[in-house]
Amino acid sequence: MRSDLARTGAVVRLIVRRDRIRLLVWIGAIVLLVYVSAVSTIEIYPTQADLDLAAAAAEDNPVALAFNGPDQALDTMGGQIAFQVGAFGLALVGLMSVLLVGRATRTEEDSGRLELVRAMPVGRHAPLVASLLVVGGALVVVATASALSLVALDQEVHGSIVFGSALLAVGLLFLALTAVTAQVAENPRVATGVAGGILGASYVIRGVGDMSGGGLSWLSPIGWAQKARPFAGETWWPLGLALGVTFGLGVLAVLLAERRDFGSGLVAPRPGPAAASDELRSPLALALRLHRAAVAWWAAATALLGFVYGSLAESVEEFIGDNEAMADLIASLQGVSLVDSYLATSLLITALLAVGPALQIAGRMRAEEAELRAEPMLAAPIPRTSWMGAHVALALGSTVLAMVVGGLGLGIGHAAAGGGIGQVAELTIDGITYLPALLVVAGAAVVLFGAVPRWTAGGWLVLTACFVIAMFGALLDLPQSVINLSPLQHVPPVPASEVRALPLLVLSALALALVGAGFVAFRRRDLATS
Amino acid sequence: MDPVITVRGLVKTFGATRALDGLDLEVAPGEVHGFLGPNGSGKTTTIRVLLGLLRADAGQVELLGGDPWRDAVELHRRLAYVPGDVSLWPKLTGGEIIDFFTRLRGDVDQARRDELIERFELDPTKKARTYSKGNRQKVALVAGLASSADLLVLDEPTSGLDPLMEAEFQECIREARAEGRTVLLSSHILAEVEALCDRVSIIRAGRTVESGALDTLRELTRTAVSAETIRPVEGLDGLPGVHDLEIRAALDGDQTIRFQVDTVHLDAAIATLSKAGLRSLTSSPPTLEELFLRHYGDELSAEAAAALDGGQ
Repeated sequence: MRSDLARTGAVVRLIVRRDRIRLLVWIGAIVLLVYVSAVSTIEIYPTQADLDLAAAAAEDNPVALAFNGPDQALDTMGGQIAFQVGAFGLALVGLMSVLLVGRATRTEEDSGRLELVRAMPVGRHAPLVASLLVVGGALVVVATASALSLVALDQEVHGSIVFGSALLAVGLLFLALTAVTAQVAENPRVATGVAGGILGASYVIRGVGDMSGGGLSWLSPIGWAQKARPFAGETWWPLGLALGVTFGLGVLAVLLAERRDFGSGLVAPRPGPAAASDELRSPLALALRLHRAAVAWWAAATALLGFVYGSLAESVEEFIGDNEAMADLIASLQGVSLVDSYLATSLLITALLAVGPALQIAGRMRAEEAELRAEPMLAAPIPRTSWMGAHVALALGSTVLAMVVGGLGLGIGHAAAGGGIGQVAELTIDGITYLPALLVVAGAAVVLFGAVPRWTAGGWLVLTACFVIAMFGALLDLPQSVINLSPLQHVPPVPASEVRALPLLVLSALALALVGAGFVAFRRRDLATS
Repeated sequence: MDPVITVRGLVKTFGATRALDGLDLEVAPGEVHGFLGPNGSGKTTTIRVLLGLLRADAGQVELLGGDPWRDAVELHRRLAYVPGDVSLWPKLTGGEIIDFFTRLRGDVDQARRDELIERFELDPTKKARTYSKGNRQKVALVAGLASSADLLVLDEPTSGLDPLMEAEFQECIREARAEGRTVLLSSHILAEVEALCDRVSIIRAGRTVESGALDTLRELTRTAVSAETIRPVEGLDGLPGVHDLEIRAALDGDQTIRFQVDTVHLDAAIATLSKAGLRSLTSSPPTLEELFLRHYGDELSAEAAAALDGGQ
């Protein structure tokens, strides 16, 4: 056993060196989410009366329970903060584990890089154990920093520790789970896909459970973490349950790793077609084949999000109740109904999500170039504009689709909860008014790809900036000149406002210019394979 | 006939690195042209310029009578390219990828495709994710060789192939030449170049250091001679072009002689030897290795060069 772990320390250092930025971004993002949620909760509910109202509203709101978690001491500041970070924060920690472990194990094996490491006097299990140590260490940092930030905001110490420990427990459990799927799955994508799917199911199961009394939540690891009741009469033993399962999964992972060959899972790959289908004959057909799953998943995500937001709209008045700070946050405009303001905010959040597929596909287009798969296509009689055009068409099209189905979902959800059937068409059209602004953000990624390909991922920074401006711009007191930088701020907040043509035309022209500039720049530059 | 490829004074820089520094290359129609050089000497960069993937900074580049940057799409209808570093879409099978590439080029010859898959013993139903390096290389080779393009641009196309497949590849190239197609073959494998190429260009640090027919190039180098004579040889060390002369006399008066001679002066050296009464004579013509080493010798340590010499 000892020789199986030889040089684990060296592999730990390698992973830290390689993924240091990625690790820091994950840690920073989750700690920031906890901190910002706590700060804004304290700001929105300054008095006990406000907290009482919020608690009363949430208790009667099954959808809020489904999203955030069980009704546990919501009339205390700590309980309310734990509720606001909620199941989403726990799921995010799980996602961090799944993606980082998947990347450090099978993805690294598939790339051929781990082979070089394993050919050294490095133990059989050293890479697996090293990746678990690094990600586990990052989880400890997340948990500690989260707990400390709550203590720094004057929350109870015991509750803060349980809160941090709950984050850690969920993170570790999905870390061990991904270590298992990495042994079984046929390829890296399946390994992270299966673990991610179980994470998603855990979120949904506890959502249904929390909505209907809590019994079902015991089937979900995220449910266990919330059963530890931070700030609500802390109970440690559900975390012990999570730890026990984590240990069991860890042992299983090691046993399976003994039986697995390097570079393949326990499940063998199946053969595919010996010849291509008739459709696969153009760059667009290939791009469709490569991106179709991403397009579908993002569209499903925005449609579902819209539907859930829509079904909440009619109960928004009672949910917000008399809390003025909350009402102000949602209705920054006077003279509009609370429901319309709420729908406008929902549409804005859906719109931010709908940019995701465009940025992901732009990133994959860059990967096609950097990983040498563009080269043989461009050595065939394919104009550069056709190659890039295929990917860009899918990128922009996927955002259009995600936004349209997001608006449609919002409308259907609203209509189903009593908002009237007319809402379906109306909110779909309202969603479409966001498209010019979304295409500006997507266009930024396209122009980056054309001009400075290595910075294609900068599109995500643009989106993050838009997100921060939209969600926290008022809270952070950002100057108007900064707020105006986000294209989404120039879209009239429909349906709480009338549609105005001029900003939409200007944004459309800007989007067109950015995309066009991206094409021109790509046609003029060298293929950049490094 | 006009050359298929003409490159004169090609310069390409990446930041501070001067990857190509005045490179020349000329490939005639119907010939198999070897493109030799050590790692990092600029072979792949040159090929990427020829494919219009990189833009030349200076110099003149003409391919099939056109400008490879400006007329890329038109020219690519008439050429097929096989990279040395093959990266495939992991979700697609080898068969799907081959079909996709042949359709992109527009000349689909189903029988030829199937024949090549058979000859290279490729399983087209496997997902590209599961292929070894050699099998990925086969996918690129089948996709390239299945075309009827006038020009084949091959960048170390056999890296990762086993000797049987290497032989199959050489056969395919001979067939291509018999059909009158032109081949630019960048390679490290000197035996492959010797077996296939009519002419070679040797580059180093982004410059062409030697170019010509293999036979002509051989004449530019030295032949190694070793002989035994009955009587002592006289006048050999005074001859032009004779190097590293070594004479040992045996007790019975026989002489063992070893030397190197510039191939153009071989005749005079042998004439001098025969005056002393030849008992035995071996002469080894220069190999491509020696040609190659002549230009890179100073990059090798003396030991490595000696080891290579000893191995022949």
